[in-house]
Amino acid sequence: MEELLQVKDLRKTFTLSAKQQKIEKTREKVKVAVDGLSFTAYKGEVFGLLGPNGAGKTTTLRMLATLIKPDSGDAIMDGSSIVKQPEEVRGKIGFLTSELKLEEFFTPNYLFDFFAKLYGVAPEKIAERKKLLFGRFGIDRFAEMKVGNLSTGMKQKVSLVVSLVHDPDIVIFDEPTNGLDVLTAKVVTDFLLDLKAQGKTILVSTHIFSLIEKICDRVGIVINGKMVVCDTLQNLCGDKDLEERFFEIYEERVGRIDE
Amino acid sequence: MNNMITIIKKELARFFGDRRLVFTTVIMPGLMIFVMYTFMGKGLMKELSTSDDYVAKAYAVNMPEELRTMTKGLQVEWEDWDGNPGEQERILQEIADGEKDGLIYFPENFMEDMYAYNMGDEPAPNIEIYYNSEKSNSLTFFNNMRSFFTAYEETMVNKYDVNAKTGIYGSYDQATENGLLGKMLSGLLPMLIMVFIFSGCQSVAPESIAGEKERGTIATLLVTPMKRSALALGKVISLSLIALMAGVSSFLGTILSLPNMMGDEMEFSAMSYTITDYLLLLAVIISTVLVIVAIISMISANATSVKEATTAMAPFMLVIMVISILPMMGMESKSAITYFIPLYNSIQAMTGIFGFQANVGLSLLAVGINLVAAGALTYALTKMFGSEKVMFSR
Repeated sequence: MEELLQVKDLRKTFTLSAKQQKIEKTREKVKVAVDGLSFTAYKGEVFGLLGPNGAGKTTTLRMLATLIKPDSGDAIMDGSSIVKQPEEVRGKIGFLTSELKLEEFFTPNYLFDFFAKLYGVAPEKIAERKKLLFGRFGIDRFAEMKVGNLSTGMKQKVSLVVSLVHDPDIVIFDEPTNGLDVLTAKVVTDFLLDLKAQGKTILVSTHIFSLIEKICDRVGIVINGKMVVCDTLQNLCGDKDLEERFFEIYEERVGRIDE
Repeated sequence: MNNMITIIKKELARFFGDRRLVFTTVIMPGLMIFVMYTFMGKGLMKELSTSDDYVAKAYAVNMPEELRTMTKGLQVEWEDWDGNPGEQERILQEIADGEKDGLIYFPENFMEDMYAYNMGDEPAPNIEIYYNSEKSNSLTFFNNMRSFFTAYEETMVNKYDVNAKTGIYGSYDQATENGLLGKMLSGLLPMLIMVFIFSGCQSVAPESIAGEKERGTIATLLVTPMKRSALALGKVISLSLIALMAGVSSFLGTILSLPNMMGDEMEFSAMSYTITDYLLLLAVIISTVLVIVAIISMISANATSVKEATTAMAPFMLVIMVISILPMMGMESKSAITYFIPLYNSIQAMTGIFGFQANVGLSLLAVGINLVAAGALTYALTKMFGSEKVMFSR
């Protein structure tokens, strides 16, 4: 299997403000968000990063999307380094998180064309791609409405479509179904499976066990910025379910949850 | 390059798609200035001038007959008063109320005393003029009387004149009409232009950069493969275009209302400037806009919200105001070295151009320096767009 995505010893720290130091009762000026994280994702698989809030999942994905730079370590995405060739990396991935917003003044139609140009999609391809994606997510009826007037779910769908204008081979989703109603969540999950069927490599972060069980081939459990386990779902769980296994691993590593 | 144009197109589509924004930033400033200055000018003129056929009504005490005859041309209707102290209060009250325009008092036997007076004798006979400076008619009466009697006194003791009649070499004042006009415009217009450009930038730049940061839409741009420099340049150029439009609107408003503001005495004609003047002015203004937009963009990029950006801009605005006012106060520096200071050199160059004394070399130097400065600032803005500390700080 081709290793499309290699993450090597990623490390990221944030400086704490004096106030924050007091709250966390620490004298350390830096907080380690991601601590030497490594993993590999193969072409055509769905890789899930599972972990509690604050484990460093989002920070890892933001580094992979080149929004922030790692303190040390690197990741090679389809041959391009996130440290040395961030622009190339950005052209190869589709990144979606709730922190990426669309300008509410414009219509989905305008924004699709705008971002397609920025992603360097060939002009003749733009219309074709738009028809496909707008049809798939039912955006066509709202194509000429300002984003500001759309419902939350529809906004999310437009964001998703915009992040995939350039038909990337690697798709990175941070909490893909967070804040979506069950119907929209299903549309998104089905779409991810569709992408997988097309041979795309997908990296998702989540704390929702059922989502991992439903779509992921392999899973990495992140606790306190470290990758504690990384294996196929089958090897990891055996005959137990993921939730049970997760708590076992957590208690092994960190201690009792109610402490 | 293509990405930069895409960004520019989007920014302009955003701006022109919002009719309210276009109205408040481009149309309203020019319109407001035109209306305000026109009213101000008309109002001021009305306040300052008395109509030509107005006949002043004034009291006279002991007025010699020959002087009364001589003041005929001054349009005063004299009412004699015997100087009875009992009526003094009523008469002064009438002047205070504006019913009468004044009172002129001559000592008894004024003419005899005046002819008999020798220099050095104390005291000289004194004419007293009572008036009310709050009333323009009364003030005009006072000024007319004072200048009449001062002139009259000069004819009494005439030993020599200065600049009487026309000079043997023609007109005494060698100033051209352009010169006077230029002096006035060179003090006023550079400041107005700077302020207009600044307020044009101020109304769009914080929204476009700090606003996008605040709403999280800039992050969506930052995950696209475009270069940070394309984003920085695209923003600076499109914002400059918008600021320029706002500046031009305000400038037109000012120029068109100038004749109204200055009254009829000043024949304002924009034709007095040459094509070179206009081209230089345009180049200076464009380079200035780029520098101001780049600075405001950096301030905006550093702020976490539109509100913070607007607040952070206040000190910069003060600097602009101060350097703009210098030529008006006659404090501009003549040294060529000052042309190396961005923005200050714009003021210097514009002062020269409006004063009909454009120095082409120095003006072009100013343009060049400003362009270099704008380039350096845009490079810094590119770095800021690439910095996670700047872009994702809360």
